[in-house]
Amino acid sequence: MMAGIIFVCSVVFLLQFFVSYCRSLIAASIKHPLSAEVQDVTGIKSAATGEDFDRVVQLLQLCPDRPEDRSGMQAIGAYFGLLGFVRGTLARLVPSLRAWTETERGQCTYFAAVTLERRIAFSRDMFAQQLES
Amino acid sequence: MPGPFAYFIWFVGILCEAAVLVCAVKKHAFRRYFVLNLYMAGLMVSEIGRYKFLTEYGFTSVEYRYFYYYSDAILTIFLYFALSSLYAHVFREMNAEKYVRFGTLLLLAGTALFTYAVVEQSTAKLVTHFVVELSQNLYFVGLVLTYVLWAAILKLRETRARLVQLVLSMGVYFSLFAANYALRNLYPSLSSVFVPLISVFGTFLPLAWAYAFWRLPEEARLVPARLAVIPR
Repeated sequence: MMAGIIFVCSVVFLLQFFVSYCRSLIAASIKHPLSAEVQDVTGIKSAATGEDFDRVVQLLQLCPDRPEDRSGMQAIGAYFGLLGFVRGTLARLVPSLRAWTETERGQCTYFAAVTLERRIAFSRDMFAQQLES
Repeated sequence: MPGPFAYFIWFVGILCEAAVLVCAVKKHAFRRYFVLNLYMAGLMVSEIGRYKFLTEYGFTSVEYRYFYYYSDAILTIFLYFALSSLYAHVFREMNAEKYVRFGTLLLLAGTALFTYAVVEQSTAKLVTHFVVELSQNLYFVGLVLTYVLWAAILKLRETRARLVQLVLSMGVYFSLFAANYALRNLYPSLSSVFVPLISVFGTFLPLAWAYAFWRLPEEARLVPARLAVIPR
């Protein structure tokens, strides 16, 4: 009984913390403007949409990453999956939830695009260092 | 014996713990978040110690088990103090550090007493049983305390992005462990499924902290009310 209550509380808290954590990651990156080059590569010209997410992630996988950058993208990937689940189930019944999930999915894509820009910059730095040495 | 995947996760975990310390030093956050970094250093040392005990005595040995559970309890107490240091950061302007310290110790003593009262009935291996139970109970107490701290952050309109992310990542970490322990108590026969998840969950906190130290400058600000699931 006690373990059941602890489990339910933990899952409720987990959802709240996880959503807030992912939104804090997004909020920190949303002010970062995308360069024209990344806009061209990703096709994100004005507002990012959830439909572009998979494509941006595929591009991300082509660039080398740092371990300290990995957690953000993994968390956002899981958050995107959660939003997709909500969109396919609860949002069908509540229209306002559908609009909210769409906005959030678009912001996840924007986060992925900002991460892509950082990885491109990181790869360029590595390449420049190799050329110097 | 752990399989190749478990060893891989173990190695990744140690690497991430080292990354937190490197990021904190490079971004001049080591002293500011000293208790958090101390916990991370302790975690790294304990992981290396566990590996040494595993290779020397074997996975099923009493030595490995004792080292595992006792180091886990000590680390949980460390993490609990790391959480209280985040409280001190949030309440610093109110000069409430003294009360935070007192409250932390009082709650720790309360949890220890409660745990002792629960395990007192068990006749054999009282201390070991106590250590394991205390660790589990502290995870749940830590989870509730993190939730209270998150509510305080929203109420006080704390805007430091790095601090907010550290608190939220701790909340996710405590919830994952508390849920895992609860599931193990509910379904003891499925322990073989839930126990390996501990090391997977264990990599979350070092990764999240490394990200927070590396990516977010101390001056970065955000509006916590916008992060809440239910907008305020």
